Amino acid sequence: MTTGTPKEVITAAALTAPSARAQERPTNVLIVGVGGQGVIMISKVIALLCERQDLDVKQSEVHGMSKRGGSVFSHLRFGQRVYSPTIPIGEADVLVALEWAEGLRWLPFLNPETGTFLADTQQLIPPFSCRSRKPGAVTNYARHTVAEVAGKVPNCFATDASRMAAELGNARAANTILLGMLSTALDFPEQEWLTVIEQLVPKKTIGANLRAFAAGRTWVEQHDPAAMHAEAPAVFPAAADLGDYVARSAPEINAAWCKGCEICVKFCPERCLFMNDRQVAELKDPDLCTRCRVCERLCPDFAITLHRLDA
Amino acid sequence: MSKAANIRPVTGGAGESNAGAVRRPARESMMGNEAIARGAWEAGVRVAAAYPGTPSTEIMESLATYPAADVHAQWSTNEKVALDVAIGAAFAGVRAFASMKHVGLNVAADSLMSQTYIGVNGGLVIAVCDDPGIHSSQNEQDTRLFGALAMVPILEPSDAQEALDFTRLAFSISEEFDTPVIVRSTTRLSHTRSLVRTGERDAPAPREFIENPAKNVMIPGHARVRHHALLERERKLTAWLADSPLIRWEKGSAEYGIITQATAYTYVKEVAPDASILKLGVSWPLPLEQIREFCNSVQRVLVIEELEPVIENAVRTLGIAVDGKRFFPRTGEFSVETIRQGLEQAGILKPGPALPELAIKSMPRPPLLCAGCPHTTAYLALRSLDARVAGDIGCYTLAAVEPLKAIDTTVCMGSSIAIALGMAKAGTQERPIVATIGDSTFLHSGIPPLIDAVYNQADITVVLLDNRITAMTGGQDHPGTGRTLRGEATHRVDMETMIRAAGVQWVRKIDSYNIASVHQALREAIRHKGVSVLIMDRPCVLDPVKIKGPPLRVRAEACNACQACMNLGCPALSWSEERHEGYNKVKIDEAACIGCTLCMQVCTTDAIGIVAEAPATA
Repeated sequence: MTTGTPKEVITAAALTAPSARAQERPTNVLIVGVGGQGVIMISKVIALLCERQDLDVKQSEVHGMSKRGGSVFSHLRFGQRVYSPTIPIGEADVLVALEWAEGLRWLPFLNPETGTFLADTQQLIPPFSCRSRKPGAVTNYARHTVAEVAGKVPNCFATDASRMAAELGNARAANTILLGMLSTALDFPEQEWLTVIEQLVPKKTIGANLRAFAAGRTWVEQHDPAAMHAEAPAVFPAAADLGDYVARSAPEINAAWCKGCEICVKFCPERCLFMNDRQVAELKDPDLCTRCRVCERLCPDFAITLHRLDA
Repeated sequence: MSKAANIRPVTGGAGESNAGAVRRPARESMMGNEAIARGAWEAGVRVAAAYPGTPSTEIMESLATYPAADVHAQWSTNEKVALDVAIGAAFAGVRAFASMKHVGLNVAADSLMSQTYIGVNGGLVIAVCDDPGIHSSQNEQDTRLFGALAMVPILEPSDAQEALDFTRLAFSISEEFDTPVIVRSTTRLSHTRSLVRTGERDAPAPREFIENPAKNVMIPGHARVRHHALLERERKLTAWLADSPLIRWEKGSAEYGIITQATAYTYVKEVAPDASILKLGVSWPLPLEQIREFCNSVQRVLVIEELEPVIENAVRTLGIAVDGKRFFPRTGEFSVETIRQGLEQAGILKPGPALPELAIKSMPRPPLLCAGCPHTTAYLALRSLDARVAGDIGCYTLAAVEPLKAIDTTVCMGSSIAIALGMAKAGTQERPIVATIGDSTFLHSGIPPLIDAVYNQADITVVLLDNRITAMTGGQDHPGTGRTLRGEATHRVDMETMIRAAGVQWVRKIDSYNIASVHQALREAIRHKGVSVLIMDRPCVLDPVKIKGPPLRVRAEACNACQACMNLGCPALSWSEERHEGYNKVKIDEAACIGCTLCMQVCTTDAIGIVAEAPATA
């Protein structure tokens, strides 16, 4: 075991007496986000802190599909003795979310009586959420606001950490800001955090990461979880407003002009066109058609028209 | 049993040559997979081989971080080859090791089923990683069932420390009892880091090659005799197990006892700390006498094991009434919740207070092909050509779902080409029949079916998605990359020459980033009577080097919101806040965009351009 200066060790012991700790259940920290955001870096920092304090620690992730832009999580448990590598539902002491909707996904894991939710309110909207081609379509991105969540969890600290990081000069350090926030929720001396961060991040980014860490710590100290509704995130416009929406008919195909090139059939995103036995394009499912006009624009013979219904 | 005394203790070996090894602290954090590798290294393994497969990949990657003078570690073309390499080394008298995922053992099963008759000279250990819950696999088969089939010991560690200790012990068991040994892990163990006390390397001196055809050459006359030896081996192993470190009886409540294994043990300890527990570190053979004794010591017995009721069924054959799968599911991954619910249903635990309903929902975020993934074009074209597509195993399986949605079947490694062949011979499909397969999968088990297709004059098209890496598992080298596991330069397989040598008349290489050419070439390939192979020629955007070109931007004023680009499923594309006639316009995340230009090519209004060239937008 590597130890810091004697002073730090005493501080750590003072925070939680070993005898008390032996009786304790493990401390559970769940870190979630999207592939590439630095979830694993946060969990490495805590794991190393625990090793330095000679605590038992388990850190569990699932590799594979998750790195392809999917949801990523890391269970971290530490204490005198840790058995299960995963955190039971409702038992996470801290839930750290590097992305807003990912935080919402894992909220059931947070301890409903004492848990602390630390979140970056930045929203990464996956293409999967932009599937509808209908006019006025809104993404299916989660719509719960910080105020709403703050009302349902014991402690909620949410802020646009990505923007804070960008303002500090390194947009990629958002995870370190969250780490700074997390440092206020766990019993490790501040110097230990700094030592471990210095040890784990690339040399040339040490300065930026330490600034980000301090910013996260300060932010929590200055904010009251009860007032979290003031920190409303920029929720994607749920606009039912159709703007300059123009109602149109389904594609009308001029059979005489169609030479049967099949371009419209191949490119129709909803697959609602087909070639009939006369080798002319025909609409098979007007209900499926979103009036996206791809066929109209791609037809080399100007054989397809979607008429304005207001004219 | 006197011979059993020869088995060395599992930790803190005497430590012979430890030269070159990095000095390590007493307890360090290791992933289960790293601990297995460490155990193999400490046991003095000299030859190790694997084919990557989640969740087993890191075992061989980790073993390759130990000095080359200690261990030859390699990627093999597939799991059977890997096991054969290990078998060869064991014949030659050194300790040998192979690692693979659960379905990899199916590929290697032929070798295992024969080698179990032969036994070993140098110790032979196979690490097999199961995937309960199917995080990244095509099934959740239980490797423990191979124990009874192959009559090989299956050791089951429950954390990283045991992963190291059991792997080390496995080599001793292998040599002592003349048998291959399987160390079985699961995703949860393989990918969990915990603290491990390591030991020193203790490599036994290589043994002489044993010239003994009656044991080493499995012809019918020899094999019949060896089958008897297997039965005798089972008897000896069972006798030794009784006092082995693999079995642990934790005395607790006399009211109920739990027989458990692997990570299920860790959940049980959390939920029922007071229970009497019989922890089995081995699932074949089973210490039946000890199990009987344990069952007699408590009023009620539960068997808690992930996946199949292997232990439960064995206990029933003793005529002992136990509960197991009645309360604990036979599917999926266990968790603390699963165990708690099962014990509540069994009437052992009182139901706890229900958790409050949060009424907060998130949306799905499935994995995606990367921005600029060269696999995108092939599936875009296949979808528009209305092809019947037999897919294979790799990242490209993600093209089975919207928006590409262009794969009709996916079975297992290397099966696409023969499945296409079968569909063609069935004569029921009017659509063009196409197999899509990645480079690593093709080398793994795609070559024999390609030869088969040519031999049997099938009319199919094969799209070889050659991104020059094993991408899905995190970028491992293979014979088509020209680099070994340790990063040394080696011969690089020339795919085109090899395919031509198989007798394919129509072979063409094409730039994956040119949508029009890919369409054109695919049409030609499909028109060709007989087997045609189209090689998609662009490297993976993540490995071995992360590709990043100038990003693209959408000129918002020119975007007509047709969303043709959204058909690519590119993670860099999403809706902007602007609309055109009520429809959502599109924007590009410049940090994620690598500049592959696919969206630019499908744009119906030329609204997408390279950032440097695009006129400033309002």
